[in-house]
Amino acid sequence: MENRPLEYDYTVAKMFMLTTVLLGIVGMLVGVILAWEMAFPAVNTIAGSGLAEYTNFSRLRPLHTDAVIFGFTFSGIWATWYYVGQRVLKVSMAESKFLMFLGKLHFGLYLLVVVSVVVSLLLGITTSKEYAEFEWPIDIAVVVVWVIWGMSIFGLIGIRREKSLYISIWYYIATFLGIAMLYLFNNMEIPTYFASGGIGAWYHSVSMYSGTNDALVQWWYGHNAVAFGFTVPIVAMIYYFLPKESGQAVYSYKLSLLAFWGLMFVYLWAGGHHLLFSTVPDWMQTMGSVFSVVLILPSWGSAINMLLTMKGEWQQVAASPLIKFMILASTFYMFSTLEGPIQAIKSVNALAHFTDWIVGHVHDGVLGWVAFMIMAALFHMAPRVFKREIYSKSLMNTQFWIQTLGVVLYFTSMWIAGITQGMMWRAHDEFGNLAYSFIDTVAVLHPYFTIRAVGGTLYLLGMFLFAYNMYKTMTSGRRVEESELQSASPMGA
Amino acid sequence: MFHWLEKHPFFFAVAVFVTIAFAGLIEILPNFAEASRPVIGTKPYSTLELAGRHVYIKNSCNACHSQLVRPFKSETDRYGHYSLSGEYAYDRPFLWGSKRTGPDLMRVGNYRTTDWHENHMKDPAAVVPGSIMPAYGWLFKNSADIDTAYAEQVTVNKVFAVPYNAEIPMADGSKSTVKLAATLDEAHADALEEAKVIAADMKDQDVKDAVAAGNIPEIVALIAYLNSLK
Repeated sequence: MENRPLEYDYTVAKMFMLTTVLLGIVGMLVGVILAWEMAFPAVNTIAGSGLAEYTNFSRLRPLHTDAVIFGFTFSGIWATWYYVGQRVLKVSMAESKFLMFLGKLHFGLYLLVVVSVVVSLLLGITTSKEYAEFEWPIDIAVVVVWVIWGMSIFGLIGIRREKSLYISIWYYIATFLGIAMLYLFNNMEIPTYFASGGIGAWYHSVSMYSGTNDALVQWWYGHNAVAFGFTVPIVAMIYYFLPKESGQAVYSYKLSLLAFWGLMFVYLWAGGHHLLFSTVPDWMQTMGSVFSVVLILPSWGSAINMLLTMKGEWQQVAASPLIKFMILASTFYMFSTLEGPIQAIKSVNALAHFTDWIVGHVHDGVLGWVAFMIMAALFHMAPRVFKREIYSKSLMNTQFWIQTLGVVLYFTSMWIAGITQGMMWRAHDEFGNLAYSFIDTVAVLHPYFTIRAVGGTLYLLGMFLFAYNMYKTMTSGRRVEESELQSASPMGA
Repeated sequence: MFHWLEKHPFFFAVAVFVTIAFAGLIEILPNFAEASRPVIGTKPYSTLELAGRHVYIKNSCNACHSQLVRPFKSETDRYGHYSLSGEYAYDRPFLWGSKRTGPDLMRVGNYRTTDWHENHMKDPAAVVPGSIMPAYGWLFKNSADIDTAYAEQVTVNKVFAVPYNAEIPMADGSKSTVKLAATLDEAHADALEEAKVIAADMKDQDVKDAVAAGNIPEIVALIAYLNSLK
């Protein structure tokens, strides 16, 4: 056999790159609208009071979270899977017609799910469970999409040339298994139309669990959907793209082992921290709290492993905007995985729960870590997939700073808002009466809501720059062959 | 061992699955039966209340309002007795929420009236100056989905043995019964009777006319639900 590099086939990766950019903009645009609605309620009727039902905060809110999670993030996960998977397993999608067909089917059905989710959420068809709002027909479609992805993973693994699975593959496998288990159990529901003999809406269902049990299962899911959607696959990305882009070997194999198995074992226990001081048994709450703190270890294990990978090569951070994105991402990962455990401590949670501090935490994680890493991955992939150089490095730099400023404004304002509100809710006057009415604790937040909306708008602006840069790269970047690109991965993948 | 696993994807996947499934088994299973037992005085929802609960869910009220009073003085002072597990026995799904942009609603039926809700849903800032809650004008026009609420009642009664048409012990020692209609038409008639009581306390002429004509606007069902939260 002649000795030439494999020609990888990026057809499916390209498709998912497109939806990553588009759904990222959609999800974040809706988020920005929501942020302005909270600062200035008149924005709720921005399209006129006739359409208020579809533009008001409560109807749009699930659309924002789901578009960012299942739209932007999962598109990003799949875009990178269909790129990284081939390369580290040393096998091309083009070698198997079946796998290629599965990949395209995966994308097609996914689009169908996206459209039905958008329509159904705007119509108010929802189960109300966070990040699991979809009614049973969509749930079934989601499961089908998921199974196809699973076949694609294990299919590609089945025909691999590289015998040993690279770290990133561990994390993709864990993403697949984790979400499969969580999604199935949390969405156990009975369609009422069939159970009642054909009465009412055909798409309506009722949860198999009630009350406290439902809450427990939902937050076991909700917390770990974050684990296996926002952490595990993003770690998969950084383990591939940072060494690849910087030309540095991963700092420690043993640390990555510890971090991986530690994360797998510990993460699932921590769901209980969403239910502190609720009606779930006390021992579960304590377990949730304790394991959340333990979770710092595997989380920081990965993050430190990444930062140390840059040892002796820190000048790259200044020189390359792409490395900047990834280093900031892993820094935000450390930051967010320290903040989370702090919020999971019972006495802190008593103050923080139900406030905007939690919202701030979610966003420093997702905007700072998840989105930065996904965009960095796409920036690394684009020249290799489209065989064109990135259109503008200075635009990348501009985007980086605008978005970093956006995230900082976002989480700082939400910290202040959350802690202020939490303190005001519990304040008593000298006679032991509540010091503030609820509306006092809302009015005080106006300036922070406004700052947050500005921060979110900046981040969205950065997304538009990102989209523009990607578009120009695709259409008018300078032609380049992969061999010309700096790429000295220790794996040679 | 790890090196071996990395070369054997199937066993690797099994090992990962066992590791992640472990916590769920230990945390969720042991308490399952215990947590679903109702406390004395907890009743299943009537058809109209359940239709109102669907309106609550349709508009994601739970995105901004919790239904969970934590056991702190500041919370019991503001919202009433802290929540008990059994109070949620008939809540499918649970609606605890995760963010309080607005106040908790677990016991809103104790301190707000039909009249208050009507004015508030039309123009929240007119009732609570400074409120950032949007107006919910369309609730006065859209019709509540009684069919689906009834279908859900039939389902939970059949599948989960939710005690409709059965005596339920109340806190004061008396018994109470929540009716499950035998037919869809009967369910409509019962819901309409309940709706008339609510509409009588309302001012909106369109809503009154609709109920008189046998239609139940979403707002009426929603208020029935909110009034039941005690």
